[in-house]
Amino acid sequence: MNNIELIFPEIFISLSIMFLLILGVFKKNGSIIVHNISLLVLLITAVITFNETIGVGQRILFNESIVIDYLSSFMKIITLIAAFVVLLISSSYLKTFKIFKIEYPILILSSVLGMMVMISSNDLIVFYMGLELQSLALYVLATFNRDQLQSSEAGLKYFVLSALSSGLLLYGCSLIYGFTGSTNFNLIASQFNTNEYALTFGIVFILVGLAFKISAVPFHMWAPDVYEGSPTSVTLFFTMVPKIAALTVFIRFLYVPFLNLIDQWQMILVFLSIASMLFGAIAAIGQKNLKRLIAYSSISHIGYALAGLATGSNDGIQSSVIYITIYIVMNLGFFSCLLMMKRNNVYYEKIEDLSGLSKNHPLLSLSLLVILFSLAGIPPLAGFFAKFYIFKSVIEQSMYFLAIVGLLSTVVAAFYYLRIIKIMYFDEEKESYDKDHSLWLKFSLSVSTLIILIYFIFPSQLIDAVSKINII
Amino acid sequence: MTDIGLGHYLTLGAVIFSIGVIGIFLNRKNIIVILMSIELILLAVNINLVSFSIYLDDLTGQVFTLFILTVAAAEAAIGLAIIVVYYRNAGTIRVEEIDNLKG
Repeated sequence: MNNIELIFPEIFISLSIMFLLILGVFKKNGSIIVHNISLLVLLITAVITFNETIGVGQRILFNESIVIDYLSSFMKIITLIAAFVVLLISSSYLKTFKIFKIEYPILILSSVLGMMVMISSNDLIVFYMGLELQSLALYVLATFNRDQLQSSEAGLKYFVLSALSSGLLLYGCSLIYGFTGSTNFNLIASQFNTNEYALTFGIVFILVGLAFKISAVPFHMWAPDVYEGSPTSVTLFFTMVPKIAALTVFIRFLYVPFLNLIDQWQMILVFLSIASMLFGAIAAIGQKNLKRLIAYSSISHIGYALAGLATGSNDGIQSSVIYITIYIVMNLGFFSCLLMMKRNNVYYEKIEDLSGLSKNHPLLSLSLLVILFSLAGIPPLAGFFAKFYIFKSVIEQSMYFLAIVGLLSTVVAAFYYLRIIKIMYFDEEKESYDKDHSLWLKFSLSVSTLIILIYFIFPSQLIDAVSKINII
Repeated sequence: MTDIGLGHYLTLGAVIFSIGVIGIFLNRKNIIVILMSIELILLAVNINLVSFSIYLDDLTGQVFTLFILTVAAAEAAIGLAIIVVYYRNAGTIRVEEIDNLKG
């Protein structure tokens, strides 16, 4: 067999899913053990990915349908770690709502498997299968609290819009297949003929489908509703993990088969990026629910990540990858705070519930302060550097308009982050929240806050890791 | 009597695709109709792929079609399950009444 060890991570995770399903069915009250084994599986898969695939260079397997390179290994490891932390900190939330079931970790595992397939896809069919495996698991995750109206409505909306976007994406795939005669990314790149218009149609359809998945404006309308309605731990998963995979597909799809058509898609990406940055910043101002607010904030963050991709340079891709990595750390910290706002088995998620937090919970509000400053992009925190790299690579390509709009929307966005800080520190205090949080929740909050705080001392670690990504 | 060529099939695909997309956005009554519209979109893609596959004399398109058919079945199953769950909570599946989450 040709280099089967390179897809050991995928094989391992799919065998584990089947094993866990059987275990969950036959063992009574097996949810705790399934949960713990899933954590172990994610960790082991990350280790296997690190051992087997980092440093093998670019390898293309299975009739050129799967590509293993540094980008795919890096993104897979981030996906796995993010999913691991989500699973780690969500158990107490799930127990409170009595939805601590065996399906939850298994669904997360299968969506992670789908994302791993997506990340290393080099063929439209493989890409589509990965995407669907991911989305089918995510539909069910959004509906996971099935006795609650909000959660089932979130699942319904996500299902309808996501299925529509898959349909648009598939139509684009069919056009590209028809006009190049192949579904393989490398063959598409080599069999370019003069029929550019039809190909542009295909690219536009696929970009629309992908923009739905990462909730870029104007295809964002599902995001606030779904983020608000789903259980908080699922929202945490939604805001981070599928975006990594979709961003990787963006990179691969635009830069491998269609690099020659950069004039056609660059304008689309610039538009998506500008619209997302501005809309995310402006629409978040009027929000009262923290989960809705973070939905708009994630829309605007995705705008910055897309700005890096729009440059059409290796620097731009690297800065986008750095951006999404740092964004994940910040999001993790924010949601850890959100999961700590619990009193008598009720979780609070309104902005006004934060008022006067600093009096009763000085440490929690200090970390939230750091995270919010970082999300707003204030130096010397990690979020500032993430934006700095993006702007640097955008300006190097002399796309000044994009850089100016990005800076302006940072200023607008700073307003609502600072408003939360003002509410937290200067408003009247309320009853204090529970203090007996699980160890892992405290752990993830403190680690993410620390990473954000001391990133500026060791920026070279991440930059070195990312600088090995060479697509063009 | 004209021969039916690739262009005719592509037009048919485009028409069915548009009906599906319009059906999702114009429909104000029932969620089941949305499910049918999604199914229409996927079928339009299948028509496209199969006709391209014949025209190019290449099997990949037909293989892709089989994958899409399978996924469409799974998607419809999950969609129906979600609709049932929603109906149990809300007691209605009228599209205009699905507005508990403002947005």
